[in-house]
Formats: sequence, structure tokens, C-alpha cells
Amino acid sequence: MPEVETTADVVANDPIMTDAALRPAFFEWLCRLGDNTLILGHRTSEWCGHGPVLEEDIALANTALDLIGHTQMWLGLAGELEGEGRDADTLAYLRDVMKFRNILLVELPKGDMAVTMMREFLFDAYHHLLLTWLSSNSSSPRVAEIAAKALKEVSYHLDRASDIVVRLGDGTAESHRRMQDALELLWPYTGEMFKADEVDERLSDAGVAPDLAHLRGAWESNARDILEEATLTMPDPAGYAHLGGKQGRHTEHLGFILAEMQFLQRAYPGASW
Amino acid sequence: MYAQLVKSEGLKSREEMSPQEQAFQDRVDNGEKIEPKDWMPEGYRKTLVRQIGQHAHSEIVGQLPEGNWITRAPTLERKAILLAKVQDEAGHGLYLYSAAETLGVSRDELLDKLHSGKMKYSSIFNYPTLNWADIGAVGWLVDGAAIMNQVPLQRTSYGPYSRAMIRICKEESFHQRQGYAIMMKMAQGTPEQKDMAQDALNRFWFPSLMMFGPSDKDSVHSAQSMAWKIKINTNDELRQKFVNETVPQAKYLGLTVPDEKLEWNEEKQGYDFSEPDWSEFFEVIKGNGPCNRERMDARVKAWEDGEWFRDGLNAYADKAANRRKAASVAAE
Repeated sequence: MPEVETTADVVANDPIMTDAALRPAFFEWLCRLGDNTLILGHRTSEWCGHGPVLEEDIALANTALDLIGHTQMWLGLAGELEGEGRDADTLAYLRDVMKFRNILLVELPKGDMAVTMMREFLFDAYHHLLLTWLSSNSSSPRVAEIAAKALKEVSYHLDRASDIVVRLGDGTAESHRRMQDALELLWPYTGEMFKADEVDERLSDAGVAPDLAHLRGAWESNARDILEEATLTMPDPAGYAHLGGKQGRHTEHLGFILAEMQFLQRAYPGASW
Repeated sequence: MYAQLVKSEGLKSREEMSPQEQAFQDRVDNGEKIEPKDWMPEGYRKTLVRQIGQHAHSEIVGQLPEGNWITRAPTLERKAILLAKVQDEAGHGLYLYSAAETLGVSRDELLDKLHSGKMKYSSIFNYPTLNWADIGAVGWLVDGAAIMNQVPLQRTSYGPYSRAMIRICKEESFHQRQGYAIMMKMAQGTPEQKDMAQDALNRFWFPSLMMFGPSDKDSVHSAQSMAWKIKINTNDELRQKFVNETVPQAKYLGLTVPDEKLEWNEEKQGYDFSEPDWSEFFEVIKGNGPCNRERMDARVKAWEDGEWFRDGLNAYADKAANRRKAASVAAE
């Protein structure tokens, strides 16, 4: 009979997870990963049944499904690490706005398909670099394991989003204009992905996470290549950046996402679904 | 069933058939599959286009009432399951539009007919999903009713339709089980959850019975479709089978089927039950159901808002083809 691994064993097998001094920052950092995928998954799922063509409807639902799957893993690990009995659902459904740690980019309204696909591209390009680093370099085996699973799907997300950005950027005059507008709308929200704070620095020092400033160069060069192929003009990378999501200071949009997402859990506390 | 009131041609007797029609009917009678390049009577082709098209439209319009709860699903797992399910429905739409294309009608033509109201989708999707148990009821009752018809249609005479049905049935039985799993949780949950479950059953019971369409025992359309094996059972047979299977499931959940006349009939080894209100059914078909307007508006808006997107992709594809052509000319 295989031995049953308890939660305590799992944490014990990952020495990084037993480091009590690192734990609060590690928890915050895992919530950032899980909240990014949760909120972007939510926004992406809003398209269900409303896509511009059947194949896109399917692809968007599939992407949302992947992101919700990643959320279950990241927030599940966060709850396990915290050790206070909160699981992925408790974290997703019973925290309020100021406890959410996603970047602002992912909570902006879905807009038209130009905004949706441009956001996916800008985020996926970062997400892909991050997961690639985590899966092969993280000092936490649990983190590396989740990153490796998620990376397979995110590689596909990035391929698809890049392809659509190129096609719509270099499509008709209207599709070009919409993509350029979307790029300019979203660009000021990309800086937050690479702006490290104390949490990021502590995780990076512990070898769990990469130095974000390091990822930035590769991200910009990938974005530049794709945007150039799409005949779009890349805004100034040194331009103004909206910050705050990672620390819990959000846009007005997140409250409405949570009001909708958390409705049943809030209205019927303790029920099992 | 996702196709209702599909018009067929009048049934021809063997003497009225041309030799070609007789040979065709013999193939159908022998259980042979008809394939796209085979000769077929024009009526057979037209009836199939109407039926498959209506089924395909039902799959994509059917995304809307369920999609309505994706952003409000109560747990991450329920959200993931519902996303996967709705994605399956869209996939069924794809198979079916592709099956229709083999009969010489494009997806765009069929969508035009849906958007202009010339083609219908199943009446059931014009009812709203008001509480979370409705997502359970849709899987349990609506997918359950669809399966009743689709399982026999795996044996339909038209090859591409039959093959699409085989794939669809595999996924639909999973959908029905997930619906029933939601109902179990709700029926065994808190008093409020049980109320939601009963409320969902109350609202979806008769609309589910209507899915099979009115009694067709005297219908010439049905007779021809059955002779061609594009309809396998009568509407009444399927409705009876559905009631017989579903009533014990409702009892197991501790829920009450909202029909005072529901009673086991030992003699026929089936339940006696009330007919749905067919005047309501015909109103829904005419466009007066609770959600007809919203469903059509949502589909038309998705299509119109998506025009620039589709045009952009097409323009890029043309440019890319021209660039490839220019490159190969230059290379010569």
C-alpha cells in the first residue's frame, strides 16, 4: 500500500516551506501568483458565449479553465503554507479587496477582443518567463512543480496570443487601430509586473523567485519583436506605471469582480457546494 | 432533443418513388450509412440541414444560460467544471456545423438564418437560470432529455451526423452526471440550498418535457424522417422514457416533481403524467419566451461586435498569402 503523505509531510519535504521567517512573505507572493490567474481567469471567462467566432469562444473558455486550474494550485499551496486551515476556495472567496494581491493589469474590464488579447499577450509574455524560471530554478520544489505544470499551458497561451496580436495588428486599418489603442491603454499597467518590493526581494534572496528586474529585459525584447511584426508602435518602456495591486491597493473594478464571484459563499456562509 | 418541429417532406410510398429513391431507401433500410458524396433525395438533404442546423444553434445559444453562472460559481472546482462543460457545448456546435457543411451549407449561412430568425434553436434555452441549482437542473434534466434523443441518433443514417452524435453523447453523459452531482449537493445541503433545488426542478420540469416536441403520432413529417432514419423514436416514446428514468432520480434527491397527476401505471410499466402546457411551448417558439429576446440579442451582438475581428484575421491571411506568392515569384 502506498504511504499516505500528510500535509505536514509535504511541507516538510520542501525545506523552503518550513522557513518560518520567510513564511509571511512567501504567503504574500503565492497569493500574487494565484490572484493574478484567478482574476485574469474571471475576466477571460466573461467572454463565454459572446466570442466573435466559435473557435475563439472555445479558446477563451479553455484559457480561463487553465487559469482557474493554476489558481487552485497556487492558492492551495498558499493555504497549506499558512497552516491556518484556509484552502484555495477560502482564499478566493472569503478575502476582501484589500487582501487581494493581483496586479492591476488583470482586473481591468475585458473591453473588446483587442483589449482582451493584447492584455493576454502582455501578461502571458511575463507569465511565461516567470514560470520558465520557476520551473527550472526555484529553490522550492513545490513551487517548481506547479510552475512546470502551468508552463505547458501558458506556452500555448503565449503562442496563441502572440499570433492574434500579429494578425490583428497587421490586419485591417480598424483592427490595427483597435490593437494600438489597446496597447496604449494597457501599457502603463505592465510596469507593475517588474517592480519589485520587499516581498519580491525576500523571495528572490531565498532563491524561490527570480529577480524581477532581470526578467524585464527579456520581456521587452519579446514584446518588441511581436509588436514590430504586428506593425504596432511600442510605447515608452520608461513611461509612467500604475502600481499598488500587489500590495492590495486596487482599481474600483476589483470590488465588483469579487461581489459577483463571491456572492454565493457570502450569502450562504458555511454551505457546501 | 435540441431539434423541435423540424419540417420534413411528405412520406412517399414505394410505388411513388423513382428507382433512384427506391435504391436509396433500400440502403437506409439495410442500415448502411449515407455519406456526403452519395446520391440522396433533396428532401433528405434539406431535412437534415434543418435538423442539424437547429441542433448546432441550440448548442451555441445553450452556452448563454449556463455561462450566466460561470463568474458566480460557488467554488473553484465548480467553476472549472462549468467552464469545461460550456466549452464542450461550443465544441458540439462546431462538430454539428461541420456535419451540416458536408451537406453543402456553410456555417455563415446557417448563422445568418439564426440571426434573422429564419432558423430556431431549442425552446429550453429561452428559460432563465435564476439560482445556482439551475446549473444542476440544466445538466440533469436538459442534458438528460437531450441524451434520450441523441443516443438513438448515433445510429442515424447520415454518416457525418452519426459520428458527431457518438462524440457528443460521450460528453453529454458526463454533463448529466455533473448536473446530478450539483443537485445532490443542493438537495442534501442547507434548507436554503434545498429550496433552490426544488425551485429549479419546479421551473425546469415542464420545459424539459417540452424539449421532445408535441405529440407526433399523426405527423407526416415525423413518418418521413423516421423512414429515412434521421429520427429514430417518436416524441412521445422519448418523453415517456425520460419521465420513467427521471422520476426515481428526483425521489432519490428528496425533491417533488411538480405534477399532481404523476402516478406509476403498473399496466404500462411507466408513469402517467400531465402534458406540458403546449400553448406556452408555441409562444416560446414564436419568440415570446422569458429570454428569447435576450438570447438572440446576445448572439447577434457577439456576431456584429466580432466583425472587425474576423475581418482583421481574414485581411492578414490574404496579405500573408500574397507575401508568400511574391516571395516564391522572387525566388524563381
